[in-house]
Amino acid sequence: MNIAMLVFIACGVMAIVGALALILAREPVHSALALVLVMISLAILYLLLGAAFIAAIQILVYAGAIMVLFVFVIMLLNAGEEVRTNVSRLAKWVGLPLGVFFLVEMAYSLFREYGNRAAATSGAAAPDPRLTQQLSMKLFTEFVLPFELTSILILIAVLGALVLAKRES
Amino acid sequence: MEFVTHHPVLVVSLIKIAIALFVVMTALAYLTWFERKVVARIQSRWGPYWVGPHGLLQPLADGIKFLFKEDIVPPAADKISYVLAPFLALALALTTLALIPIGPATISILGQPTQLVISHSNVALILLFAISSIGIYAVVLAGWSSNSKYPLMGGLRSSAQMISYEVSLTLSVVGVLLIAGSFDFYDIVGGQSGHWAHFFPKWHIFPQILGFICYLTAAIAETNRVPFDLPEAETELVAGFHTEYSSFKFAMFFMAEYANMITVSCLATLLFLGGWLSPFPETGAWRWQLYLPAAGLIIAGIGLIVGGLRGVQLSAKLVFPVLGIVCLGVGYLCTLPGVMPVIQGPFWFTAKVFFLLFFYVWARGTLPRFRYDQLMSFGWKFLLPLSLINLVVTSLVVVLRLR
Repeated sequence: MNIAMLVFIACGVMAIVGALALILAREPVHSALALVLVMISLAILYLLLGAAFIAAIQILVYAGAIMVLFVFVIMLLNAGEEVRTNVSRLAKWVGLPLGVFFLVEMAYSLFREYGNRAAATSGAAAPDPRLTQQLSMKLFTEFVLPFELTSILILIAVLGALVLAKRES
Repeated sequence: MEFVTHHPVLVVSLIKIAIALFVVMTALAYLTWFERKVVARIQSRWGPYWVGPHGLLQPLADGIKFLFKEDIVPPAADKISYVLAPFLALALALTTLALIPIGPATISILGQPTQLVISHSNVALILLFAISSIGIYAVVLAGWSSNSKYPLMGGLRSSAQMISYEVSLTLSVVGVLLIAGSFDFYDIVGGQSGHWAHFFPKWHIFPQILGFICYLTAAIAETNRVPFDLPEAETELVAGFHTEYSSFKFAMFFMAEYANMITVSCLATLLFLGGWLSPFPETGAWRWQLYLPAAGLIIAGIGLIVGGLRGVQLSAKLVFPVLGIVCLGVGYLCTLPGVMPVIQGPFWFTAKVFFLLFFYVWARGTLPRFRYDQLMSFGWKFLLPLSLINLVVTSLVVVLRLR
């Protein structure tokens, strides 16, 4: 049991608790905060894997930019508590078994893949100093078209929001 | 001792964290004293004077006062978020300081060679921005959870302001990154060594003067300071997002603000002002600069002794000569051959950070506050295009030089 393992378990528990709180909390701001907790735990898990760049981007983009806007909008609209309705029948009879099924499937395949060498690979990986360079080389050579397309997609979304906001009612 | 031998990195890190916390907390306390003194001097007043000689114990008195005041939680507040917000603010503000190196030297703690930084990462700059971007939550949560009108308005204003100016802040730094080609502070500062024409230091401030101006402006707005302290516009919003906070929770917001000031000043020093590098060339004729830290301390020590003995207050007559003798002793230590090379980096780094902090206070004593719409249009219509222009021109120059 080394320190990396302890951090891993703590972050895993934090992520799961955050995900549950996100669904179960009735105050929208609490849900948003729970999601931030999940993202920060994931970022720490990336750090444990030696991927400091991905971890930083995860926090910067998701927790620092997107979720801040979410919380900001919730605050601006002063959204009250969620109203609980009866759970829809579809969610009850189809959703729940499907959720359990996927969970079991994931656990099974992960165990089959990694169960035997879990003991060998525990502990923090040594951070690769050239990880950022390698990532950007891939991104700007091999995947340059998808990358540029994504930015155009985001630009279109911005334009769409502008058009909707400017439309005279 | 067994624990030390098994986890040397962890123990050394903990020691470094303890030292850094002590230094930063003291610096925070005396930054408030320094600010009040300088603003008072600008406005032809005395500032804090009676608690200790020249008010030197004022920060301590303030701290004790904050600790013993009644801690009120408004009954309508959202308890979890209300308590979480100040802790978040202070913890994040202090965490960012872990990534900031203060010198190139390698020292040895408990036989372990270690650098003058708590956490050395090759993406330190992005990590720093990531941690400080979470700081907005403290403001948002404080404003929202108080469940009261003024904090809500203040929280909305300051989060909008912080989101807007964060864009310019980050963009203004990209120019430096393009020149340096690294996120690592050691590489960024290392790339600024050397001199043009054997005299002008190759700091990034000279090619990136536009970026530096954008950074400084955005940084002042990001830390919610005058002239961008709209969230705390007393006449309109009482005290902004922390109106409902009292006692030590209020003090935590206060400390977080000053810690953020120190962080952005350190960052400006590292990125634009050459970090721990000396402004003078390192050739033989300039060897006397190695004695500058000692000389500064000895002059300060003599000044304290003479000034203290000529002072009016009895406490000043007693305390200042003692402080002066301490200064002389430390100054002598700085001339020892083992200490002299190590102290150079931290000395220049601290001097530059101190100058930037003085600039902050100077701006506060001089400039009037912006109106809210002026603030927003300044950020989006002036500062953002300016930093974008800087970015485009810098990239063009960098690409042309590569060819």
